[in-house]
Amino acid sequence: MSAGTPRSLPSSGQKPIQDICHPLSAEECALSRSPDVLNPCSAGERDLILPNGTPVDTSSPASSSSLLNRLQLDDDLDGETRDLFVTVDDPKKHVSTMETYITYRVCTKTTRTEFDLPEYSVRRRYQDFDWLRNKLEESQPTHLIPPLPEKFVMKGVVDRFSEEFVETRRKALDKFLKRVADHPVLSFNEHFNAFLSAKDLNKRQGLALLTKMGESVKYVTGGYKLRARPVEFAAMGDYLDVFTQKLGTIDRIAQRIIKEQSEFLMELREYGPVYSSWSSFEEDLHDPLEGVSGCVSNCSSALEELTEDMSEDFLPVLREYVLYIESMKNVLKKRDQVQAEYETKLEAVVFREDKKTLVPSDVEKCQDRVECFNADLKADWDRWQNNKRQDFRQLLTGMADKNIQYYEKCLAAWESLIPLLQDKQDAKGETN
Amino acid sequence: MTLLHTKLKTTPKIEAGDFTHIVEYLLKMMEISVAEAEKRTGKNAVNMQETYTVYLIETRPVDAASEGTNPVPDSLWRRYSEFELLRNYLLVTYPFSVVPPLPEKRAEFVWHKLSADNMDPDFVERRRVGLENFLLRVASHPDLSSDKIFYSFLTEENGWKETVFETGFQAKADSRLKALNATFRVKNPDKRFAEMKHYGDELQSVISQLLRVRARAADRLYGVYKVHGNYGRVFSEWSAIEKEMGDGLQSAGHHMDAYAASVDDILEEEEHYADQLKEYLFYADALRAVCRKHELTQYELEMAAQDLTSKKQQREELATGTIRTFSLKGMTSKLFGQETPEQREAKLKMLETQIEEGEELVKERNAECEEFVKSAWVDIERFKEQKDHDLREALISYAIMQISMCKKGIQVWNNAKECFSKM
Repeated sequence: MSAGTPRSLPSSGQKPIQDICHPLSAEECALSRSPDVLNPCSAGERDLILPNGTPVDTSSPASSSSLLNRLQLDDDLDGETRDLFVTVDDPKKHVSTMETYITYRVCTKTTRTEFDLPEYSVRRRYQDFDWLRNKLEESQPTHLIPPLPEKFVMKGVVDRFSEEFVETRRKALDKFLKRVADHPVLSFNEHFNAFLSAKDLNKRQGLALLTKMGESVKYVTGGYKLRARPVEFAAMGDYLDVFTQKLGTIDRIAQRIIKEQSEFLMELREYGPVYSSWSSFEEDLHDPLEGVSGCVSNCSSALEELTEDMSEDFLPVLREYVLYIESMKNVLKKRDQVQAEYETKLEAVVFREDKKTLVPSDVEKCQDRVECFNADLKADWDRWQNNKRQDFRQLLTGMADKNIQYYEKCLAAWESLIPLLQDKQDAKGETN
Repeated sequence: MTLLHTKLKTTPKIEAGDFTHIVEYLLKMMEISVAEAEKRTGKNAVNMQETYTVYLIETRPVDAASEGTNPVPDSLWRRYSEFELLRNYLLVTYPFSVVPPLPEKRAEFVWHKLSADNMDPDFVERRRVGLENFLLRVASHPDLSSDKIFYSFLTEENGWKETVFETGFQAKADSRLKALNATFRVKNPDKRFAEMKHYGDELQSVISQLLRVRARAADRLYGVYKVHGNYGRVFSEWSAIEKEMGDGLQSAGHHMDAYAASVDDILEEEEHYADQLKEYLFYADALRAVCRKHELTQYELEMAAQDLTSKKQQREELATGTIRTFSLKGMTSKLFGQETPEQREAKLKMLETQIEEGEELVKERNAECEEFVKSAWVDIERFKEQKDHDLREALISYAIMQISMCKKGIQVWNNAKECFSKM
């Protein structure tokens, strides 16, 4: 990474992520800042009342929300401070002449004044979640938006209406809304509000589709070349690359294990009954052999459960994170673009004028955007790392638990068999 | 040593159900073991170099050991083919006994990681155990243990082969064709033996199937465990890019490696169970051999009786001149004229002698048959008890193996869980 030139941003440089302070905080920052840079962002916004500030105008980066972000960064949102609870449940199948689809019930409980009522219960389908995510991406481009479960499923390969598929999807959708609800900025988004509360989302969707084009153009700043990517963002990119790779490997391993276990299960299902047919022509050994057959059968069922659980609970979460990382990399690219645009514009200005005049407002705006983007991203990154740690801790301990349960079931089956096997022996010993 | 043998010779004959006399058998007086296996090279029958394995048989009088003097055991080397020779001798000499089987000649029912190579050390080791088991079984058998040839097998290294051949047992062996013929043609075999033979068939079939499926299952189980080892590697790589999560991931990875490695011991133990089943797979064959022998003796009795009946019939015909059934003789005499009275007299005399001999033969064979049925049934009953006991024990040890495997699994995953929770 090249050292910051006089023209590059104050926030870029060799400092590690933890030491970078928010552009809006004046006290801790050791870097020298020109007052010009700092003022436009903070002027007028420092007086904002938190945390119930109105959602920001989507035409400029959410600078006030960055402030929000900064202040709430250290909050561990536990039950006491949380004021918005969302759940996704009760999947139902709808059959119409045009199509068949599933809707889910979305329940909301909140004390926030942004909502007219304290409780809501609406029905939404996957399309609606997709709409919400797109709106969030457009309106909050500087933030990391949680992923949705895969949109397309190959018809004929996966049964879109099977219990397992629907349940897996429901869990993922529930996770998605909870992550948004827990986000200090995203949870205040007006589209999110509409999603949770509006009776009829379709009308809004129609409008949204029209404006979608317009808004997204704003951020397509194509073709600018980035001079120097700040260390911390480069590190993020590297981390995500390696992490995605490892997740892919873990996914493959898990799939392989499931496959081997399924084949083992197939053999067990043949193995157990052989003991049964043996017992049919034995006298003394009849009960012991039947007992072994039953045991093997119990172990088979336990194994089947383990394999199903891993398929339904473990793999989807891994895949979700891969999608998450993909969207995060896109956000990083966008950030690069915004920075590149600023740098190019700044260069052009300096080259054009010989005298040191005030930096034109559009360049200032660019700088603003860069700084706020960086701040938002860093805050989200930390929060993402934290959540990731919790999610994987939960996922892996869950995997361990399932395996433990499998072995405990088998153990119980075999242990209960021992007295049955030894039983007649003692009786025989006595008659001798 | 000869003193010991004399002692054996005077062992009282065993009556049916009298199993308490087992204590007087060879095994009580002598410790037998197959202690080692070694590779040898030498020239074989067609003068070609070959490599083979020899097994060290050690024997030691029990009394000496209990006195605490612990003398060096007597020992000699034998190869597998000599064991086979001994067994074939026993089969022929004691056709009414369910002769214990030898361990398999070639590795069968192997799951892929296990070598099917006869020279493989694990196979040789399992075979050593199997051969020892064979000797112990013979030594504790009420009839077989007192056999002279068996005794010299254990004690006389040189010249044993010649001694065996000198018994002429090979001549006494029934040809397969003869036995097969009897099986098809016998009219009234003892029902119990027919049932036993059927049982032997079913037992062989079901144990074969069991061993086949078990081997396939072992293969799959191996795969499941080993793939978990891949987690070890990827967790290690992943931990390198993590800060707080790193340690937990790394140590969990080690437990995954341990889990993957544990399957080798598990499957080795299961091979012992498979070997126990295999012994009874081969025992089924020995059981059927006894039943086939019964069919043969019964058939020979029936043949002799049938022959006698037909001779008696001929005598009657000749004496009364009536031809009850169609016979070529009758036809020719009709065509070419009756025989002279002298010819008839001569024929009658011959028939009388034949009938006398025939009656003796039938008596003999009848006695043989009865004797065989009695002795064989005693041994079959003994075998049944042994089989029930041994297989029950095998199932118990199998269950214990499974329990141990489950406990190990729980432990490893608990360890991993602890590491994950510290992430």
